[in-house]
Amino acid sequence: MLARIEVALKPELKDALGEKLARRMREDLSLSVEACRTVRIYLVEANISREDLLAFASGPLCDPVTEIYSVEKPLAPRFGFDWLIQVGFRPGVTDNEGKVAKEALELLLGRSLATDENVYSLTQYLIKGNLTQEDAERIARELLANVLIERFWVVSEKDFNPEKGLIITPPKVTETHEIKVEFFDLSRLSDDELLKLSKERLLALNLREMKTIKEFFTSNKDFLSLRQKYGLDHRITDVELESLAQTWSEHCKHKIFNARITYTDKVSGKTEVIDSLFKTYIRRSTEEIRKAKGERDFCLSVFVDNAGVIKLNDKWNVAMKVETHNSPSALDPYGGALTGIVGVNRDPFGTGKGALLVFNTDVFCFAPPDWDRPLPPRLLHPKRIFEGVREGVEHGGNKSGIPTVNGSIVFDPRYLGKPLVYCGTGGIMPAEVCGEPSWKKGARPGDLVVMVGGRIGKDGIHGATFSSEELHEGSPATAVQIGDPITQKKMFDFLLKARDECLYTSITDNGAGGLSSSVGEMARESGGAELDLEKAPLKYHGLQPWEILVSESQERMTVAVPPEHIDRFLELAQKMDVEATVLGKFTDSGFFHILYQGKTVGLLPLEFLHEGVPQLELEAVWVPPRLEEPVLAEPEDCGGILKELLSSYNICSKEYVVRQYDHEVQGGSVIKPLTGVKDDGPSDAAVLRPELKENDGLVVAHGICPKYSDIDTYWMVANAIDEAIRNAVCVGADIEHMAGLDNFCWCDPIQSEKTPDGHYKLAQLVRANQALYDFTTAYGVPCISGKDSMKNDYLASGLGLAPENNPFGVGVVLPDGSLKISVPPTLLFSVLARIPDVNRAMTLDAKKPGELVYILGLTRDELGGSEYFRLKGFVGKNMPKVKASSAYDRYLRLRDAIYYGLISAAHDCSDGGLAVALAEMAFSGEVGMVVDLTALPYEGEKRPDYILFSESASRIVVTVPRERQKDFEKLFSGTVYALIGETVAEPVLICRDEKGKAVIEENIFELKKAWQAPLNW
Amino acid sequence: MAHKQVKVIVTAGYGTNCERETAHVCREAGAEKVDIVHLSELVYGEKRLDDYHLLCLPGGFLDGDHLGAAKAGAHRFRYAKVKGREERLLDQIINLIEKGGLIIGICNGFQLLVKLGLLPGFNGNYTQRLTSLTYNDSGRFEDRWVKLRINQASPCVFTRGLKEMFLPIRHGEGKFVVKDDEVLKRLKAQNQIVCQYIHPVTGEPTTEYPFNPNGSILGIAGICDETGRIFGLMPHPEAYNHPTNHPRWRREEIKDPLGTVLFKNAINYIRENLL
Repeated sequence: MLARIEVALKPELKDALGEKLARRMREDLSLSVEACRTVRIYLVEANISREDLLAFASGPLCDPVTEIYSVEKPLAPRFGFDWLIQVGFRPGVTDNEGKVAKEALELLLGRSLATDENVYSLTQYLIKGNLTQEDAERIARELLANVLIERFWVVSEKDFNPEKGLIITPPKVTETHEIKVEFFDLSRLSDDELLKLSKERLLALNLREMKTIKEFFTSNKDFLSLRQKYGLDHRITDVELESLAQTWSEHCKHKIFNARITYTDKVSGKTEVIDSLFKTYIRRSTEEIRKAKGERDFCLSVFVDNAGVIKLNDKWNVAMKVETHNSPSALDPYGGALTGIVGVNRDPFGTGKGALLVFNTDVFCFAPPDWDRPLPPRLLHPKRIFEGVREGVEHGGNKSGIPTVNGSIVFDPRYLGKPLVYCGTGGIMPAEVCGEPSWKKGARPGDLVVMVGGRIGKDGIHGATFSSEELHEGSPATAVQIGDPITQKKMFDFLLKARDECLYTSITDNGAGGLSSSVGEMARESGGAELDLEKAPLKYHGLQPWEILVSESQERMTVAVPPEHIDRFLELAQKMDVEATVLGKFTDSGFFHILYQGKTVGLLPLEFLHEGVPQLELEAVWVPPRLEEPVLAEPEDCGGILKELLSSYNICSKEYVVRQYDHEVQGGSVIKPLTGVKDDGPSDAAVLRPELKENDGLVVAHGICPKYSDIDTYWMVANAIDEAIRNAVCVGADIEHMAGLDNFCWCDPIQSEKTPDGHYKLAQLVRANQALYDFTTAYGVPCISGKDSMKNDYLASGLGLAPENNPFGVGVVLPDGSLKISVPPTLLFSVLARIPDVNRAMTLDAKKPGELVYILGLTRDELGGSEYFRLKGFVGKNMPKVKASSAYDRYLRLRDAIYYGLISAAHDCSDGGLAVALAEMAFSGEVGMVVDLTALPYEGEKRPDYILFSESASRIVVTVPRERQKDFEKLFSGTVYALIGETVAEPVLICRDEKGKAVIEENIFELKKAWQAPLNW
Repeated sequence: MAHKQVKVIVTAGYGTNCERETAHVCREAGAEKVDIVHLSELVYGEKRLDDYHLLCLPGGFLDGDHLGAAKAGAHRFRYAKVKGREERLLDQIINLIEKGGLIIGICNGFQLLVKLGLLPGFNGNYTQRLTSLTYNDSGRFEDRWVKLRINQASPCVFTRGLKEMFLPIRHGEGKFVVKDDEVLKRLKAQNQIVCQYIHPVTGEPTTEYPFNPNGSILGIAGICDETGRIFGLMPHPEAYNHPTNHPRWRREEIKDPLGTVLFKNAINYIRENLL
């Protein structure tokens, strides 16, 4: 039977969620909404008695103190409404609330539900207000539901049946296809037909790759005769084709980073051939740094595992990984971001023998949330993306019990086409696990392939390439996945126990490419694998074998369990309520052997699978953009400009987001994201104690400055690396024990009709990598892990736009009248460092009046790409150039100054320059500052606005207690630094020019107000 | 002397996530035996709740809080039976209480206590639901530190000798509500209101945001039962286990007592009364 249970907060209680939504209907959609209340709906499709149904409703579903419930009869009339909007998931979409309700029902009944029994959750929104049907539908579409994954119903009060309510069918997956394996005879296909096949099956393989596969399946005699033994012939199966496409994807093989690139620099006139950016610049840098460090090398596992691993001390290692989840977040911001964070959790967890996760980071790039121009087709409003992503990371991080310790948000209109969602996770593992180094792993022949965690559905097959039009009622929504942090947490609890009982030899996560990727990768450790797809537990019937292989259903890990431990492993899993299934075994056959119903459906040599992809050959040409320095009148009022800068989206307070993230669960927080007298100043970096019994600390920081990409990506990268390191050393990180992670988010850099500027975009990538090599080696900060996302473009064809008339005000119009929006080339550089004693950690807030204010480092006339120029509508040309050797020396001395207790505050100068840094230190500490700009070491045109707002790199403002002045100055003697002022009791920020005139004289509380205003939602 | 051990159980699993730091503060506070026990070990009868003197129900998201904070979790304690027996997990808790044991529920653990009816426990009835914790007035999850006043007239054994505390809250459903005025009156009369959010300027209990972060009635942040041995609170004492946890440790001389003190009091009580 199908029954409906409704639960709502008692009418006399405030419905905070409803009120929050009502506010957004008014503010974001400009609709006259008076009120909104919410009702939770549970559709119970199960063979149970009326008595049990009532017990279910009144027990786990309804809180007798705060809620009311009803069975069958709707609650809506009790509250009154003008419009009722009901939202529920499409078939096959992860319904976490429904799943928990189902488990609760099973506990109540004392039995498991049958396969045709289930519980589904929905939400009703009861809206009061003078709205048209169209308005109500807009609320549903633009605020409450995402049609990619959800269905919605809109009913007016007059059309609502107060007795029966809204009767709907449950979102059950009803599709039943014939299960079959398809065969393709590539030898008979022409080039065009090969490409067509690639396109139709969404394989994303180019012609050369398709031909390489064709060649291998037609000419390799030994291979073909072996295939016959297993009942296959020269035709490739869909299972094999999909597995190859997955393994050879840009995502897994980083084809652009491994391409052979002919790079011409039109400035120097030189042409060179680069055989793999990754090997030439990234890996080589790390190798050289490790060699130079010799015995002091702290790297343990770099670039080979799911995360990079370094040594923290003799007892603990640390693993860290940063990933992006951009396309899914563009389609479904909440689910995409949630999956992004819980997905990256599995990377350090699946590194070495497995790590205990101790922190998350997140960095978002969005278009400005006050976007008021038209939106190109299919795109969501940036505020909706912002809120969805924020909430996704909130639920993913908070519910996993991992503190979100560090992050930032960058705004640029070009992120309208594709938001960037970077999620990072770090974990610790004991130096040794079961008598072996914890960072090592290795499946052995004979070990069993065991899949642990969630079940397999059609989620995320082929990533996010399906469009909404292709979905129909009853077909599982595959486009987007929704993570379930609790299922994952249960799995992690179990696997850590299994790790410590030495029950497995290797572990990896199921993310992109699913089993194909996880088992295919682990097979390299033993030398082969045999996988029986039929044994895989499924969410619902009807999956083709190839779908089981490449599905990206969440919350799954694959482990290698020696046969002698399998009984204990499965017993422990069952006990801890975690699904674990043996799917095959690891071998040393040299093949990835895939079976279904006892038949071989795939037989791929590991070498071909992993090494067979042909290298791309690409061309890059660097012609510097023609840019000029703007002619700006010297402003009268630098204080006013400072306030405007503080109120710009890139600089303003992000407290609204930070507060909604748990940043101190696990009890080890030392420097929180917010600090100062009122706990709301902006920390430069995070410090935490991962092991509560010890004083060893971890420092986590990052740098990101896509704004410089319009001038030169070489210096963009130099500045991002410097910013990350600068932030870390400001809180006391030891630069000699610091590692980096590089995450590139680029626009498509391959020349084509759709990308006429591909040569330039690829040159931007080459230069970025050159800088990565130059500056990581200069600072001795090795990259230990990284990732690239290379297709961050939005393309809308058929718009028939004229090049000179782009109504959207962002992106470029291509010759065929389509609109293309490419993100600015963006590198996120994250750092992970050690601080030997957390009691030494430093913060940015000025501590008390009467202390001395110093600047470390030289300021130059470098305002190209600055926030000041942006405010005035310019990009400029003279961007900050990083001088690494002097900066490195400065960072070492700063470390000593902090450890010796010579300074009382440190803050880096970045967006908005010196003026913003001073303001933040002053208002966070509620201490005034008086500064003399003539004392400042400066090169270039001497204008107060330039001095105050230049964003020259590697500069740090510190405050020094007077009694420490001598020691401090001695430590910094011989470097560029200056005493520029002092802290005062009066709450003012005063900056004087050479004539003694105050070019800034502002009340610090007013400055703070300006800084807090923009995102004070 | 092995038999003189103070034994503490910290529950884990199904979305609980503060078990490590909660166990850490119990050890720091001097407990000889501190076990982190997965609920499955209880269900399989490998460990028993009533074998311990102090039960800590730590923070987290039991079953994802998907049906409302700790609701599915409470349902689990009420219905999950120890394998091969008719005994429920809730029965073991009641037994622990009858043996004179102590319980502290923090955040999700507090939500669990009220949703099981273990609090307020009027007349020793530990299954009656008279109070609850619901969505913050802001409609948001928030992480912020709050000032608390401790009711020195309260029978609560955990807070003995404490006047004020400064602790972090990290929740989306922490607004304390009561079934009716009678319940509130009785809580007040019996001094079961243990801690309240206070305004930093007036020092008085407040409903003003953000000092009262969730809109709790009378600024109630934690309550105990009539015996003072069962205590639930939304703030996280275990997250203030080291001076550097304090958000202003870098700039001020810190006078706020560590959250560890609550556990020291409990352990002292156990030594004096239960060993």
